[in-house]
Amino acid sequence: MSQSKVSGRRVPLRKKLLMYLGAGIVLVMVIVALFAPWIAIQDPNTMSLADRYQAPSWTHPFGLDEMGSDVFSKVVYGARVSLGVALTVVTISTIVGLLLGSVAGFVGRWVDGLIMRIIDMISAFPNFLLALGLVAMLGPSVRNVIIAMCLTSWASYARLVRGEVLHLKERDYVVSAQAMGAGPVRQVVLHIWPNLVGTLVVHCSFAMAGTIIAESGLSFLGLGAPPTTPTWGALLDSGRKILLEAPHVSLFPGLAILLLVLGFNLFGDGLRDYLDPKKN
Amino acid sequence: MRFILRRIFVTLPVVLGVCTLTFLLIHLVPGDPVDIMLGEQASAQDKAQLRQELGLDQPLLTQYKAFLFDLARLDIGRSLHTRQPVLDSLLERLPATAELTFAAMFIALLFGIPLGILAAVRQYSAVDHSVMVSGLLGMSIPGFFLGPLLIYVFAIQLDFFPVSERGGIEHLVLPALSLALPLGAVIMRITRASMLEVIREDYINVARSKGLGPGPLYFRHALRNALMPIVTIVGLQVGALLTGTVITETIFDWPGLGTLLLGSIQRRDYPVVQGCILLISLIYVVVNLVTDLSYALINPKVRLGE
Repeated sequence: MSQSKVSGRRVPLRKKLLMYLGAGIVLVMVIVALFAPWIAIQDPNTMSLADRYQAPSWTHPFGLDEMGSDVFSKVVYGARVSLGVALTVVTISTIVGLLLGSVAGFVGRWVDGLIMRIIDMISAFPNFLLALGLVAMLGPSVRNVIIAMCLTSWASYARLVRGEVLHLKERDYVVSAQAMGAGPVRQVVLHIWPNLVGTLVVHCSFAMAGTIIAESGLSFLGLGAPPTTPTWGALLDSGRKILLEAPHVSLFPGLAILLLVLGFNLFGDGLRDYLDPKKN
Repeated sequence: MRFILRRIFVTLPVVLGVCTLTFLLIHLVPGDPVDIMLGEQASAQDKAQLRQELGLDQPLLTQYKAFLFDLARLDIGRSLHTRQPVLDSLLERLPATAELTFAAMFIALLFGIPLGILAAVRQYSAVDHSVMVSGLLGMSIPGFFLGPLLIYVFAIQLDFFPVSERGGIEHLVLPALSLALPLGAVIMRITRASMLEVIREDYINVARSKGLGPGPLYFRHALRNALMPIVTIVGLQVGALLTGTVITETIFDWPGLGTLLLGSIQRRDYPVVQGCILLISLIYVVVNLVTDLSYALINPKVRLGE
C-alpha cells in the first residue's frame, strides 16, 4: 500500500476487493430475484399446517414457518419485492432529483430559492417517519410504498445535484462551452452531468441500501405489500412472534436483508474511494 | 448572538412547513376519511358529527386556519379512540421514548468515538480494518433484525435480560442496544474519517514533538478539531433514531411514541397519527437547530466570522 501523504494515494487492494464483493452480492441477489420461480422450491404460499415450525432440513433448507410454508421460497420471492421497490424508488428519485437539482443550481435566483425551500421542508421530517405517515394515510400497498418513498427521498438527490452543479458551472470548460455558444441545456447535459455521474452513482448505491431497509421496515410494521406477497419485512414480523418455537423464520430473511444492504454499502463505499481517493 | 438569532429565524418557516405538511396528511386519505374511520355502516348522524368535529365540512383554507390557531393554543384535537386530548397521550408517552433514545445515544457515543479515534490513529492496522468492516456491518443491519436477534441470544438463550416492556435498567439494555449499534457504527466511521484529516495537521505534529502523550494529544488537541462533522452526523442521526424507535418499540413492547403511532395507524385514529408525526418532526427540527447552534460553541470561526 502506498502511503504518500500527498494526493493520489492509491485505493488499497483490500478496499477494491470489498467493492467487488459488494457488487458480487448484489449480482447474485438480482439473479435470485429474476429467476425466483425456478430457484424457489415451491409456491411461497403453499401451506402445510401439520409441518409448521419445522427446522431447516435438506428438503427445506430454511425450514417452515407458522403456516407450514417454505421459508426459502419466501425469501427467494421476497428478493423480488425488495429489489423491485428499491430500484423503482431510486430510479424515479434520481430522475426527479437530477432534473430539479440541475434547474435549481444552474438557473439560480428565485427558482433555486423555491426548490430549496421545498427540499428544506421535506428534509425537516425524518425520512422514514414521513414515508410511514404517507403510507398510513394512503393505505398499505406496494404502489403506495413506492409513492411515499419517492415523495420523501428525491430531496436528498436534488440537494446533492444542486451542490455539484453550482460548483461545476463555474469550471473553465463549462464557461468556454458557453462562450462558444452552447445553450443552457447543452451545457448542463453535455458538460456538467458527465462530471457528476460518479457522485450520483455512489449516492444511488447507498440509497438502494437505505430504501431496502425502509421498505422492509414498512412491511415489518404491516404497512407494505398485502399478506399474499412474500416480503422479507413481513416474514421477519411473523418470525419475531415465534422466536421460541422457530428462530429460523427470523434468521434467514434477516440475513438476506443484511447481505443485500451490505452489498450495496460495500459497493458504494468502494466506489467512492475509487472515484475520489483523496477524500478518505 | 446575531448568529443564534439568525439561525432561529431561519427555522421558523421550516416549522410552519412541517405543520402544513402534517395538516395536509389527512387529506391524502383516499375517499372519505370519515367513512374509513367509522366504517361504512356508521349512521349518517355519527358521520356528520365526526366530520364537523374534525372540521372536514369546512373549506380547506378555513380548516388550515383553524388548525394553526388550535396549534398555537397547543390543541391538536382528541383521539377518536379514547376521546383523550391528543397532546395528553403524547406527553404521557414521551418520557419512555426519551429514555430509550438518550440511552441509545449514550451507548453509541460511548463506543463509537473511542473506536473511531483508535482506528484513525492506527490507520490500515488490523484494528482499523475490523472497525471499518464492523462499521459497515453495523450500518447494514436493520433494527427489526437486530432486535429479534438480541432477544433470541440474550433473553431466550442466555436469559440475561427480560424480553420486553418498560421497567428497570435491565429492561432498557436490549432495546437501547438495538438502536445504538447501527448509530454507533455511523459515529465510528465519521469519527475515523474526521480524525484522519486532523491528525495530519501541523499543530498535531508540533504538539507531538513537544512530547505530549497520546491521551491528551488525541483527546484534547485532535478530537476537538475533529468534532464538527461528528456533531453534524449525530444531529442528523437523531432523526433516524427517533423513527427507529417506532420499530424498536414495537419489537420490545415499549410504551413510547412509536407504539402509540403504530397502534393509532392500525386503529385509523388519524388525529393521534398526525400528533405523533408532528411532535417527532418538531423534536427533530429543534435538534437540528441545536446542532447548528453548537457549531458556534465548537468553532469560534462560526461565531465571529459568519
